Amino acid sequence: MSASPTPPAGSNNWTIAGIRRALESRQISARELTNEYYARIERENPRLNAFLALSTERAFAQADAIDAKIIGGEPLPPLAGVPTALKDVLNTRGTETTAGSRILKGYVPPYDATAIERLDRAGAIFLGKTNCDEFAMGSSNENSAFGPVHNPAALDRVPGGSSGGSAAAVAAGLAVVSLGTDTGGSIRQPGALCGVPAMMPTYGRVSRYGLIAFASSLDRIGPFARTVEDVARVMEVISGRDPLDATSADHPVPSYTAGINGSIKGLRLGIPAEYYAEGLDSAVRQKVEAGTARLKELGCVPTPIAMPHTPYAIPVYYLVATAEASSNLARFDGVRYGLRVPGTTLGEMYRKTRGAGFGAEVKRRIMLGTYALSAGYYDAYYLKAQKVRTLIKSDFDRAFQQVDLILTPTSPVPAFKLGERTDDPLAMYLADIYTVTGSLAGVTAISLPCGKVGGSLPVGLQVIGPHFEEGRVLRLARAFEAAGGFDL
Amino acid sequence: MNITREDVIRVAELANLELTEAELSTYGAQLASILSYCEKLNELDTKNVEPLAQVLETGREITAQDAAEAQHLREDRSRDAAIIDEVVRRAPEGVDSQPAYFRVPKVIDR
Repeated sequence: MSASPTPPAGSNNWTIAGIRRALESRQISARELTNEYYARIERENPRLNAFLALSTERAFAQADAIDAKIIGGEPLPPLAGVPTALKDVLNTRGTETTAGSRILKGYVPPYDATAIERLDRAGAIFLGKTNCDEFAMGSSNENSAFGPVHNPAALDRVPGGSSGGSAAAVAAGLAVVSLGTDTGGSIRQPGALCGVPAMMPTYGRVSRYGLIAFASSLDRIGPFARTVEDVARVMEVISGRDPLDATSADHPVPSYTAGINGSIKGLRLGIPAEYYAEGLDSAVRQKVEAGTARLKELGCVPTPIAMPHTPYAIPVYYLVATAEASSNLARFDGVRYGLRVPGTTLGEMYRKTRGAGFGAEVKRRIMLGTYALSAGYYDAYYLKAQKVRTLIKSDFDRAFQQVDLILTPTSPVPAFKLGERTDDPLAMYLADIYTVTGSLAGVTAISLPCGKVGGSLPVGLQVIGPHFEEGRVLRLARAFEAAGGFDL
Repeated sequence: MNITREDVIRVAELANLELTEAELSTYGAQLASILSYCEKLNELDTKNVEPLAQVLETGREITAQDAAEAQHLREDRSRDAAIIDEVVRRAPEGVDSQPAYFRVPKVIDR
C-alpha cells in the first residue's frame, strides 16, 4: 500500500510516504492537503462524531511552514504535511482539551504533551482533537460527555473505546494517522472494531508527559494508521526518553521502518488456550484462526502455550486501574482548571464541582478505587490485586522464554450495537478480557485487521511482543499485511 | 458481598463526590457486584508472591546506583516554566496579580 502512486483527489488512501512524494513533486501543497481533509471532516463528522474540536489555525500554520520549506528547497521532516488527529486526553497548546468530560469543558492547555511536541517538530499537521470515553474510561466511547462516536463500518454500532474517535477518524479517512491512549485496551480494541492497525507501545517507550493521567502504571500513548509502515513511522517519532517523564525509558529507539520488511520465517508464535475459551464469538475465532494459518504459510511456527492467570486479569485490572484513577482524578476539584461549582466552604466546592462535572462511569470508578484503597480494605483488594499482577506478568515472562510473539484475538466480539451494554458495567468490562493482560504486564502489542464478519464488521488480531520488541511486532504485522491478512 | 448505604456515603465523602439519591442506590449495588466478581482473586494463594511495583524490573538485585539511574535523578535546581500567568488566567477564579494566585472559599475560621 505504501508503494502505491499518489491517489486521486478525494480518495482517502494517502500514506506518509505518498504525501511526501506528492509534496516534493509539487503535485499538492500541504495547505491543499489540509483543506482536503477539513472538507472531508466537514462532510463526514456530523454522522461519526469522531472530532470534538478542530485546530484549524494551528493546522494551516503548520501546513504553511511545510510549504515554505518546499519552496525554499529545505529538507522535509519525517512526517511533513501528514494530517493527524489527536485524542482529547492529550494536552495541546492553544486547543481545547476536555478528556471527553464536562469537568474540563472549555479548558485550553498552555503546553503540548511531549508526544504532541515531537509530532509537531516532525512536521505533522494537527487537524483536531478526537472524541473518547470520559478520561479514557470505557470500551465503547459511550461514556463521552459529548455523545458517542459511530463506527464508520456500521453507524449503529460502537467504534470501541476509549480511543474511539482516533480509530474512527483514521478508518473513515478523516486523518492519515492519529494518536490514542491505551490503559486496558483503549488503542487496540477500537483499532480492532474499526478495522485499522493500532499499536500499544511498551510501558515507558513513549513519554506520558502531558497525557491527562488515568492509571499511571498502565497508561500508554500510541498510533493508529491505515498501514503498518505508517504505524512504524509514527512510533519512530514519538518514542524515546523524556526528562519530563521519570518513567520514560532510556532504551534506544531503533529505526522501526528500516527493519519492517525483514524475514519472519521461523518465528515462534504462542497460542494461549486461555484466550480461545468460552466467550469468544465463533465467527471472530474463525477469522483469527485463518490469520494464524496465513502466518504459518509464511513460515512462522504456531506453538500452544499456557497463560494460566489470564482469567484473573479483569479483576486485577479494575482494582489497580480504579485505585490509581481515584488518586489521579483528585486534581479535578474546581481550583485550577475547568468547571467550578461554587460552595460556601472549600470542601463543598470540591464535592459539588466533582459531583456535577464527572459522568456516571468516572464516578463509579473513583468510588471503586477509593473503596479498594480505603482503610480496612487495602490488603483484601489493592494489595491482593498487585500480587496477582505479579503472577500475570510471570505468565508473560515464561511465555516469552518459549516463543517470540503471542497471537490472540483483540476483542472477543466484533463491534456491538450502541446502547447494548450500557446498563451493565461488568459486562462492559469483560470486553477488555484479551487486552488488559498485556497492559498489566507492560508489554507491547498491535491489533491488526483480520477480515470481517457479518458482512462489514472488522475483526482484530492481536500480536503481543516482549518489552521493547516493537520492531519484531511490526515486522510480523507488515508480513501479515503484505500477505493479504487484513482482507482474510 | 453487601455494601450498605452508609458504606457508599463514606466512600463518596473520602472521594469528595456529591452524589444524588439515585446514584447512592445504584452505586451500592454496582460496587457490590463488581467487588464480588473481584473476590475471584481469593482462589489464588499469594502468600509468597511479592506485589508488582514496577513493570520493567530486571529480576536481579537492585543496587543503589541502579535505583538512582532508574529514577533518573536530576540536579535539584529550579527552572522557570514561564506558564504561571497563562495557567492562572485560564483558571475558574484566577487572580492575575503579582504574584498570581487562585481564589478559593475561606478555609480558616478566625
